[in-house]
Amino acid sequence: MTDTLLKVDGVIKRFGGFTALDDVSISVRQGERLGLIGPNGSGKTTLINCISGALKNDGGSVTFKGENLNGLPPHQRTRRGIARSFQIPRPFHSMTPIENLAVPLEYVTHRGRAHKADIRGEAEAILRDMGLGDKMTIACSQLSQVELRKLELARAMAAKPSLLISDEAMAGLSNTECDEVLEILFRLGSSGITIIMIEHIMHAIMRFSERVVCLDAGKLIAEGMPADVVKNPNVQKAYLGA
Amino acid sequence: MHQGHKHFIVGCAIVLALSLILMATVTNEYVFFATYVVLQFIVLATAWNILGGYAGYVNFGSSAFFALGGYAALVIFKSLALPLGVQILVAACFTGLLGLGIGLISLRLRGIFFSIATVAIAIIFETIITNWDFVGGAKGLQVLRPEPMAPFTSYTKMLFFVMLLMAIAAVAIARYIENSWIGRGLRAIRDNEEAAECVGVPTLKLKLIATVVSGALMGAAGAPMPMYLSFIEPVSAFSMNYSVSALAMPIIGGTSSWLGPVIGAILLGTVQQVVTVTISSEINVLIVGVLLVFFVVVAPEGILGLVRKLRAGKGGAK
Repeated sequence: MTDTLLKVDGVIKRFGGFTALDDVSISVRQGERLGLIGPNGSGKTTLINCISGALKNDGGSVTFKGENLNGLPPHQRTRRGIARSFQIPRPFHSMTPIENLAVPLEYVTHRGRAHKADIRGEAEAILRDMGLGDKMTIACSQLSQVELRKLELARAMAAKPSLLISDEAMAGLSNTECDEVLEILFRLGSSGITIIMIEHIMHAIMRFSERVVCLDAGKLIAEGMPADVVKNPNVQKAYLGA
Repeated sequence: MHQGHKHFIVGCAIVLALSLILMATVTNEYVFFATYVVLQFIVLATAWNILGGYAGYVNFGSSAFFALGGYAALVIFKSLALPLGVQILVAACFTGLLGLGIGLISLRLRGIFFSIATVAIAIIFETIITNWDFVGGAKGLQVLRPEPMAPFTSYTKMLFFVMLLMAIAAVAIARYIENSWIGRGLRAIRDNEEAAECVGVPTLKLKLIATVVSGALMGAAGAPMPMYLSFIEPVSAFSMNYSVSALAMPIIGGTSSWLGPVIGAILLGTVQQVVTVTISSEINVLIVGVLLVFFVVVAPEGILGLVRKLRAGKGGAK
């Protein structure tokens, strides 16, 4: 249990009479690449929302770097090092990609001591790193789907997180596009960032994750090495209904 | 940036100088009486735009802040007989606090629900004022203007000058917010509030700053009203016309920059004044409505957006 970065302990989330998360516990080590899978509606995004603070958990606790995050709004959690991308890209559409990245750079990374030129330079460096070097100053409406996904990741990275949560960054992309995004995530992982990847694309999960957890109907049903989790009868039942 | 800053200050100085010349040379009181209204709308539209334009939270209850500014000034005048400057200051503080309170209650509502809440707030306060005898209740209250202060020869000219200073101050504040970290955060909120929060923008705090500043400026715009009309009465003070104008002017001018509400207020305010004199005051509302529909359909980004588009077109042709 040494160097645990994130600890989700017995988290419960209800929407009215529906229990979306039922006593979910996960711990993530510093530097780990964790895959989070589960059928549609199993509670993956709800869990992410509870970790990032977009939703308040009704029970249990989320601990990050040893600090209980319960009750903290999302922006405070981002400042503590949790960044996320959204499943459906949510760019700041009136801004260019550089301006998109300038927001977290100004509000998280350089709070109060921002020099415009520095922020711009840093935003450019991150965008170049993400393969958006030639799209830095165009309107977000002109970006393609894969570029928007990359922008989501770039903007999350601009907050200099220690934990990055990637919510289906590859859904709907072609195989080569998936590989591009996967390559970016691998690179971020090898730079020491802890990554939780939510994905339906199994080959991506199998390649990327050091460990996989599977949710079904709000419950954690399997946890372990990717190959073992896929063979787990509970997981196969959840996915195939067999 | 610094160049723009200089231009802005020079621009304000020129406007101020022209107004002083105007006050020294023109004797027709009506000029100042009419210009006062246009200036008042610059303050009101600029105030609306800080929340509605920058943050994307549409306030339909501007008239409540405006009227309560007037009534706060009236209470100060009637009970303590303090001068106009103090009345305005107290009114601004009061409506600023009101903005904070309303913000705390209603900013958890997003989009259209926030707007509906602001309408309800306007109705609630109108009802309270209508039933408060100290400020005249439903039948209103006649106000006797005191003598104008030292350098001014008439009270109307003094009101004109005070409103001019407020308009300059309001625009300077809006411009500062727009170009600061607050403005950039508000813009992120307008584009996507959840994403803004998740990249570290303290959305509630920024929205509260916007409601407080917006509310205070609206109250300040309304504060001299009892003196201007020598009369105050709830139905006209809380008139929906103020709410509609406050949002129509920035939308017509362009909501993305401080200049938009100024252009919109000067244009629409002047047209309204001209129409009031030449045709009828009833037709004002119709003009606002028609212009608003026209701009929403043809130029949703207002006059500023049109100009930008034309410029971009020219640039592309070269």
